Amino acid sequence: MRLTVNRATYEVDVEDDMPLLWALRDELKIKGPKYGCGIAQCGACTVHLDGIAVRACSITTKQAEGREITTIEGLGTPDALHAVQEAWVEHQVVQCGYCQPGQIMSAASFLSMHPEPTDEQIDQAMSANLCRCGTYPRIREAVKAAAAKLQGA
Amino acid sequence: MASIGKIARRTFLVGSVAIAGGVAFGYYAVKKPHKNPLLDDLANGEAAFNPWVKISSEGVTLITPHTDLGQGAYSMQAALIAEELDIEFGQFDVDPGPPAAAYYNTAIGPEIAPFRSTDESFQANAAREFFGAVGKLTGIQGTGGSSSVPDSFEKLRLAGAVARETLKKAAAEQTGVAIEDLKTANGAVILPDGSELKYTELAATAAEIKPVQNVTLRDPSQWRLVGKPMQRMDIVPKSTGTLTFGIDLEFENMHHATVKVNPRRGPMLSYDASAAEAMRGVKRVLPVTNGVAVIADNTWRAFKAAEAITCDWGPAPYPAEQEDHWNAVANSFTAEHLDNEWRHDGDADAALEAADSVVEAEYRAPYVAHQPLEPIGAVIMVTDARVDIWVGNQFPRFAQQQIADVTGHDVDDIHIYGQYVGGSFGHRLEFENVTLAAEIGNQMRGEIIKLTFSREEDFAQDFPRQITMSRGKGVVGNGKVDTFDLSIASVSASESQFGRIGLSSPGPDGQIAAGAWNMPYAIPNYRMTAYKTHELAPTSSWRSVGASTAGFFADSFLDELIHAAGADPVEERLRLMDHDVSRKVLEAAAEMSNWGSPLGPNRGRGVAFVESFGVPVAEVIEVTMTDAGIKIDKVFIAADVGKIVDPVNFDNQVKGGVVWGLGHAMNCEITYSDGMAQQSNYHAHEGMRLHQCPEIIVRGLENAEKIRGVGEPPVPPAAPALANAIFAATGKRIREMPFNKHIQFV
Ligand code: FES
Ligand code: FES
Repeated sequence: MRLTVNRATYEVDVEDDMPLLWALRDELKIKGPKYGCGIAQCGACTVHLDGIAVRACSITTKQAEGREITTIEGLGTPDALHAVQEAWVEHQVVQCGYCQPGQIMSAASFLSMHPEPTDEQIDQAMSANLCRCGTYPRIREAVKAAAAKLQGA
Repeated sequence: MASIGKIARRTFLVGSVAIAGGVAFGYYAVKKPHKNPLLDDLANGEAAFNPWVKISSEGVTLITPHTDLGQGAYSMQAALIAEELDIEFGQFDVDPGPPAAAYYNTAIGPEIAPFRSTDESFQANAAREFFGAVGKLTGIQGTGGSSSVPDSFEKLRLAGAVARETLKKAAAEQTGVAIEDLKTANGAVILPDGSELKYTELAATAAEIKPVQNVTLRDPSQWRLVGKPMQRMDIVPKSTGTLTFGIDLEFENMHHATVKVNPRRGPMLSYDASAAEAMRGVKRVLPVTNGVAVIADNTWRAFKAAEAITCDWGPAPYPAEQEDHWNAVANSFTAEHLDNEWRHDGDADAALEAADSVVEAEYRAPYVAHQPLEPIGAVIMVTDARVDIWVGNQFPRFAQQQIADVTGHDVDDIHIYGQYVGGSFGHRLEFENVTLAAEIGNQMRGEIIKLTFSREEDFAQDFPRQITMSRGKGVVGNGKVDTFDLSIASVSASESQFGRIGLSSPGPDGQIAAGAWNMPYAIPNYRMTAYKTHELAPTSSWRSVGASTAGFFADSFLDELIHAAGADPVEERLRLMDHDVSRKVLEAAAEMSNWGSPLGPNRGRGVAFVESFGVPVAEVIEVTMTDAGIKIDKVFIAADVGKIVDPVNFDNQVKGGVVWGLGHAMNCEITYSDGMAQQSNYHAHEGMRLHQCPEIIVRGLENAEKIRGVGEPPVPPAAPALANAIFAATGKRIREMPFNKHIQFV
């Protein structure tokens, strides 16, 4: 199968039903998307498929074939942070950080669809991503700050 | 010396015994420093002035042995060294270093002494010193018990100061300038003419000289870093997906493994792996203790193959059904189960006898899982000569021993490389991922293998928090609380946890009573009795350990008594308080929340105060009863840790502790049926979601004498404050966790 990840194309030889997460992590060695639950409960594996946040553990590699896959590595880099990442750094959101690639990918996708989100929309959109460390108050602040940055940009 | 170490190791976990007997360690044994483990493999021209600072011409490495579980331990330790070393973030690397006795935890030992943290009597301090010596002699390197900051605070600044002064001495030798005329800043020694010698340029000279030992620590007024807002060094890597967790490690020719172990924790009677062995990518199926391991070329293929193996599991070594666990706890409020009467002020029996009416209540707290978001695992390679293992564990020296027991290697040949961990909450105090990795590696010597638990397997093999119950009897009169008589029956998580690695704990388990016996209240009749239930399902330390349950019982029952007395929950607690630092904490939370101001219909406000790990914490919670259930609106929290190292991280840790405490109180429990945990993934053991998260307003106080850690203390008051708030809003008293068994949450 041919996959397009972060604008690069890769050939992978995997079963059609292998979850995209494991093709990314174990075949392509792209480790930003994390394994947390495997059943679409935690959001740690969140990536973008044609710009929309999806749970990479719960879509198959086949379903992602021929689509534009973006992982946290493709969103921004330490030297060129995406606005959402900038906000995450400024608000020092992370604790263990394991959920955060997924949180950031969810937030980026959400903000691209809701540039001026209400508090309630933020709460709704971000509740699918579990954070066992409890960084929720800072996630809220950072999403708002990111929205402002994106508006200003 | 070895024999003293051994004796000390065996007695390490004694509760209140042994002090009276006056075991005396020779002055020499206690004072002698442990050997510096960095000296073992220093390259030429590399200097290690002490176990925490290593400098070569290439760079400066600060050793941060406390495991970073997400609490920011690496940055905190680095900041303390850097404070005195005059080096800035970005100018050094950190490394957790090898497991070594030199990194023994100086703060855990003294906390074992069975005295209230507020007790500064001669006996209390003598006991703390005794247990501190035991901690040193046993060389136990541990991250836990909110001890990283107290352990590091002075020790690491001293390490930085020693390194700085030694580098100045090296600079003096290299340049001929007198030491008094040298300054340090930004990772360099500054000469009188303003020119700089980078520390790295001094490494070779410094390696040849004896480290300066007579140093004085700077006055707090001169601190550049400590107490000021910092940016943790892992913030950018963790916000860009570039930080490598243990689960992300990648090596050439690495195999991917998973395990399937008896969910009843009994033996595996037989298994059939024929279907699994024929599956794509599966390389081996190996027997391990009580189960099987699958080795494949991809984690998902290993998971799938493990599912395809049929196993015949033996029975559980504990009651198969949850009800019998509860019955066992309920039946242990008896003399034969008495663990300790931790406190008896006044005469509770006489007061209860004489009272016209007695307030009585019974509380329960269930098993709860740890389940940090990164599932457990490890990367391992075993060869005939050595074992190399990449894993984050909170007791690395115990982990070495556990591996040695499996592979037969000498402990010195077991090399552990600590990793950033995606959360722990007590999970990484355990070793099942380490020993199972060792069993797999041992059967595949020469191969490198990454073991990853599936979430379901992680749930099944987790050692949950203690199951426990409490019964309270109390008397009120004249608007005051007069008698508080609380009994707690619990399995002993400490005994279970340390028993698994062969350590016994002969004394009473202080954690059963933690948060309940040490309340800083002068109640005329105050008794707190602990009963120990024999082991049921195996349990372990869970963020804030005993206080997470005992604190809920004690503060809830006190709140019930205060309401029965018709007193104000804050005022009566303040009236009873006999500890100034605690009083200020409670006053702060009351003031922050504007306690006493009207809230409007269907709303309620609850307060709780629990001291754990020496940290007094007060929380006020506001809730609204909506049509969809209880909504937690706001949490006001005040805590006193003596000195806040980094206010930014402090705030994050405190908020996280509140979310942890509330989320699990709301909706989490582990129950057993047919000997197996019934909850297998987050859908059934969820914790808090973002939309449920209240606004949390934090205030840190610094009145306490001793510096303390804040990873755990915010947790215990969360549940009782919520229950007390729900009572205020609805009149319904919730005495059992999780609360969603009794009331709905939005
Ligand atoms: S791993 Fe995909 S949602 Fe949890
Ligand atoms: S930061 Fe640890 S799970 Fe979110």
